[in-house]
Amino acid sequence: MNLPPAPVAGTRPLSVSTGSPRGPRRSRAAVLGESVLEWVIRLCGISAILFVFGIFFFVLREGVGFLFGGLKLGEFFFSTEWYPTSLSNVRYGVLALIVGTFSVTGLAMLIAVPFGLGAAIFVSEFCSDRWREGLKILIELLAAIPSVVWGFIGISVMNPLIQEVFHVPVGLNVLNGALLLALMSVPIMVSIGEDALKAVPDSFREASLAMGATRWQTVRRVLLPAAKNGLLAAILLGVGRAVGETMAVLMATGHAVNIPKSPFDPVRTLTATIAAELGEASVGSPHYQVLFIIGILLFTITFAVNLVADLVVKGTAKG
Amino acid sequence: MLAPSVPPPPVRPRHPPKIQVRDLRLSYGGQEAIRGISFDVDRNDVFAIIGPAQSGKSSLLKCLNRTIELVPGAKQSGTITIDGLNVDELPSVYNLRRRVGMVAPLPVGLPLSIFDNVAFAPRAAGFKDKHELAALVEQCLRQAALWDEVKDRLHTLGTKLSGGQQQRLTIARALSHEPEILCLDEFSIAIDPVTTMRIEDVLKELKQRMTIVLVTNLVQQARRLASRTMFLWNGEIVEEGPTDVLFSDEPQSRKTYDYVNGIFG
Ligand SMILES: Nc1ncnc2c1ncn2[C@@H]1O[C@H](COP(=O)(O)OP(=O)(O)OP(=O)(O)O)[C@@H](O)[C@H]1O
Ligand SMILES: [Mg+2]
Repeated sequence: MNLPPAPVAGTRPLSVSTGSPRGPRRSRAAVLGESVLEWVIRLCGISAILFVFGIFFFVLREGVGFLFGGLKLGEFFFSTEWYPTSLSNVRYGVLALIVGTFSVTGLAMLIAVPFGLGAAIFVSEFCSDRWREGLKILIELLAAIPSVVWGFIGISVMNPLIQEVFHVPVGLNVLNGALLLALMSVPIMVSIGEDALKAVPDSFREASLAMGATRWQTVRRVLLPAAKNGLLAAILLGVGRAVGETMAVLMATGHAVNIPKSPFDPVRTLTATIAAELGEASVGSPHYQVLFIIGILLFTITFAVNLVADLVVKGTAKG
Repeated sequence: MLAPSVPPPPVRPRHPPKIQVRDLRLSYGGQEAIRGISFDVDRNDVFAIIGPAQSGKSSLLKCLNRTIELVPGAKQSGTITIDGLNVDELPSVYNLRRRVGMVAPLPVGLPLSIFDNVAFAPRAAGFKDKHELAALVEQCLRQAALWDEVKDRLHTLGTKLSGGQQQRLTIARALSHEPEILCLDEFSIAIDPVTTMRIEDVLKELKQRMTIVLVTNLVQQARRLASRTMFLWNGEIVEEGPTDVLFSDEPQSRKTYDYVNGIFG
């Protein structure tokens, strides 16, 4: 018997415009409509790529002139003197800003990773179904809070709280920013981490429990190794979120160019500097351009983090 | 807690049975899977359970080591005793699960090395000594007829083994916690006949030391290994008795005859 070829998922339906001889004939309009739809979808996909490249080239164009003509890279990376508007003594050292960014992010991760992973494990493995649904809604809500609101919380809630608990004169510092960033990145870690744990086949849990392992032993000895890549990706995406965050850290870290010696010192981050100064720098001036170079630096950092996360996730897929 | 109203099983002089099941019922969210069954399993014996798909064989095994508790919506009544003690009243369910080894139909290689797969249960039970652990792992792999094939790559992933090797790995794993009862659920569906025969030989040997409950779709396997066989159908016992009788020309039930001779349905 000569059966018509079975339709294969993913093949373009247009190549067989009339369908199989035995199948119902499709009208011209349906065929046309489908082809238009396909092109619209393709356009959307392409435009997303175009936008990303467009943004990158824009940032690069604004900064590239100064990057290759005038900026002393040694000073840029290794000096802590950031006097971009000084008339007599202009300095463009971003070391303190880099250290600021990494100290806030690092401390944030120190807080967020245990909490995020712990919460992901709890939600995925130890929670009853009803609780799980409730918690997931709550976590999504947490992720939806705009960062200005977080900044506001940093100023009006955390600031006095830190002053009181740790007996320090100012509460706008590394710790404050890190706590906010932690709160902001935990939801990402929880939802991606939970997905990673849920992706571990139930048969692994059953096999482990059937051998007399407790639930916690099952988590530690089976689920964590099995979901390791997905969990790592969750952490890295949280890091990416924290590095790129602007508003909350601008408001909560004290915004002082400073290499911190303790979590109670104020700092300033790369993102906050751009946000605060770009509006005042005259277009095309060295100050303006150097802010764009900081943008390139940030772009590179987040790109690297995302790339690592991506490679790690690919590793998961390969298993 | 044994319900005295339930009549004892048919009179036959035996030692106290290893496992006693009385009026066991099980439902999944209202859907009955096991409808009141009672039987005994002798010590150091191979007890076979045969029956078509969906008859409740796997569910029954899950009741024996109480992993049924992990299935949401599953409700069980009736009693199961091991060595005369009600399993529901044992102080530690983890201990019970170590005493009842379980081999699943499709091998589940945990995403760990071959060595760690076998060392998993002893470690979970608090076994620390490295040398003893290595010796135990070797012994279990030997018993599962796998040692010679994997002894040079104990630290590669267990999931990289072939299906038949993985199944023997799960048998080695089940032996690693030195169970008194070994439950095998259609262990041979992923294995070739030659390996199956090798494992059957292993089981004959293990029977000296433990009680074996063998769920199988191959009725001839039950005939080869088991001294008693139970024919389950739709959650009920059609017939339970000496294997010879079930496989004879006149078992108690016509259904049994048809099933074991492949004229069923
Ligand atoms: N986790 C579960 N949730 C709901 N129903 C279940 C579950 N496990 C089994 N059942 C139902 O219980 C009945 C018995 O299933 P069980 O797996 O015990 O049969 P079985 O005899 O092992 O079959 P097979 O030979 O196909 O393995 C079936 O009707 C099945 O649909
Ligand atoms: Mg089954």
